[in-house]
Amino acid sequence: MLEKNGIPNEENLERIYPDKKRLARGPVVIIECFQKIPCDPCAASCKFGAIKPFKDINDLPKIDFDKCTGCGICISACPGLAIFVLDENYSKTESLLKLPYELLPLPEKGDDVWALDRDGQKICKAKVARFQKVKNKTNVVSIVIPKNISMKVRSVKVEDKNNE
Amino acid sequence: MRIKKHPILDFPEKEKVKFTLDGNELEGVKGEPIAASLVAAGVEVLSRSIKYSRPRGFFCAIGKCSSCLMKVNGIPNVRTCVTKLEAGMKIETQKGKGDFN
Amino acid sequence: MIKTDIAVVGGGPAGLSAAITAGVTGARIVLVDDGLELGGQLIKQTHKFFGSEKQFAGIRGIEIAKNMINELKEMKNVDIYQNSTVTGYFEDNAITILRGENEDIFDKVYAEKIIIATGASENMLPFVNSDLPGVYGAGAVQTLMNLYGVIPGKSILMVGAGNIGLIVSYQLIQAGIHVEGIVEALPTIGGYLVHASKIRRLGVPIYTTHTLKYVYGNEHVEKVKICAIDKNYEFIDGTEKELDVDTICLAVGLSPLSDLLWQSGCHMEYIAELGGHVALRDENMKTTHDNIFIAGDVAGIEEASSAMLEGKIAGLNAAESLNFKIEDFNQLNVKLKSELAELRANPLSEKVKQGIKKALTNGMRSASC
Repeated sequence: MLEKNGIPNEENLERIYPDKKRLARGPVVIIECFQKIPCDPCAASCKFGAIKPFKDINDLPKIDFDKCTGCGICISACPGLAIFVLDENYSKTESLLKLPYELLPLPEKGDDVWALDRDGQKICKAKVARFQKVKNKTNVVSIVIPKNISMKVRSVKVEDKNNE
Repeated sequence: MRIKKHPILDFPEKEKVKFTLDGNELEGVKGEPIAASLVAAGVEVLSRSIKYSRPRGFFCAIGKCSSCLMKVNGIPNVRTCVTKLEAGMKIETQKGKGDFN
Repeated sequence: MIKTDIAVVGGGPAGLSAAITAGVTGARIVLVDDGLELGGQLIKQTHKFFGSEKQFAGIRGIEIAKNMINELKEMKNVDIYQNSTVTGYFEDNAITILRGENEDIFDKVYAEKIIIATGASENMLPFVNSDLPGVYGAGAVQTLMNLYGVIPGKSILMVGAGNIGLIVSYQLIQAGIHVEGIVEALPTIGGYLVHASKIRRLGVPIYTTHTLKYVYGNEHVEKVKICAIDKNYEFIDGTEKELDVDTICLAVGLSPLSDLLWQSGCHMEYIAELGGHVALRDENMKTTHDNIFIAGDVAGIEEASSAMLEGKIAGLNAAESLNFKIEDFNQLNVKLKSELAELRANPLSEKVKQGIKKALTNGMRSASC
């Protein structure tokens, strides 16, 4: 249960997930925000109006998935690090997942990192397709993962190269 | 121990100064709270309780709990978590209420 | 002897906001803060703030503090006394300040109005060996890590899954320190769920309905035993779990630092929803004492965003009561209050809202004025 362990279940996810058709079309935002708190920077950051402007600051984000281009600007804007961009059209067998990253060491393009699930458990190794250093220090990592675990992977563990 | 690299914050090299704790020379950062320099140097016991001499350490960091009271340059009951470290300071672990001797 | 229009006690988010808002009206301000740095708890907040753009959403607390401090330092009608402790409030509406390198300078400040924004201190949790070195307030660990770059230990147990517990756990990991787990006595996580999800994704377990049973160690924390508890908060036999930690962070709530308010004769009441004893106040943050206003955690444990708004309301109204007005005073006053109400219009703020209702003076005034 989300309130007990911080992990959303299938029912929670179903409410916020884009449908299969939209997922198959290309990069789209997934906002894992389930609780009404006073917070709206995601809507303010979206240049395409995909995250609709909030009527009340405590609203949950409402998304027009058709307007979403998967640009990922909202990933860095979210103070809760709750936003991801998933591209299930990356290849026949792979998805590209963009997620927020505020730790050290910083990954580099081409690195092999551990893909973790919402429980912090290692699922598999994933290649870093891109690493964007963002000014506000909520960086964005793009990793390539097997398509069938697209719904599971939500974090990465970057091994220390220098073993400091 | 000190943080060398941080994903959000910058920790530039700051001026280091020498001071003594119970006669032993230690190094700390000038201007930071005495207690912070002590913790960084691996010193965990800052004082001992009045009755049972129980070890006490850094707790609140805002000068409100009395766990960090030490003798500094002869003056007892100095709140080391809100007092700046200076070069050559003579710090002594205080047992109990402290005195001017 | 120092004479001023408005004295602000406390230079955290509430105090800074109050001083800036009152200062803008032209009133002379004296701001007193007892920390080594101005900014209160803001200067350790490395996470991005929630709220809306008006409340600096998306900006890290440290930046918000920097901006406010710079703005205040530019104001010629504001005098700032850092590293200075207000030691008392006296009947002739004076506060006394102890300051100086050796805490040997004693000043008396006569102010027409006083805004108390002294914040809160962390609660203690009673358990065996709770006084051992290695047991820290979570805020203290945040100060050590984020302000001074000092690592408090190698393996941490966090007690409390409210916002402070969740956020500091995350910040410990950012500093490269291992967090063994978080225990929470209640059956559900009290902080924002996004903070909890964030920390779970990094593999940190959250043990709800668990608490500390025993802490082992002679000169410092060496090991702990956590245990599940039942509905009556009794330990459930057989559920003990030993954890290898050398540091314990307590994030078990805050209590308002209301000493000056007690001393001044403001009407105080114990309101659990607000964290303890608070002064009653009206909608303009004025207490039962005509010359004393409050703002921030001392008025009720909440967030920095609400602290800043309360500070603005107190500053604006304290200045207005001395006839220092800005042109659209009424408009701004209403706007600030509606922003504050908006912040509190969510299920998580129900408790605070109830507390604030109980804390309204409803016309009551102190006997001493």
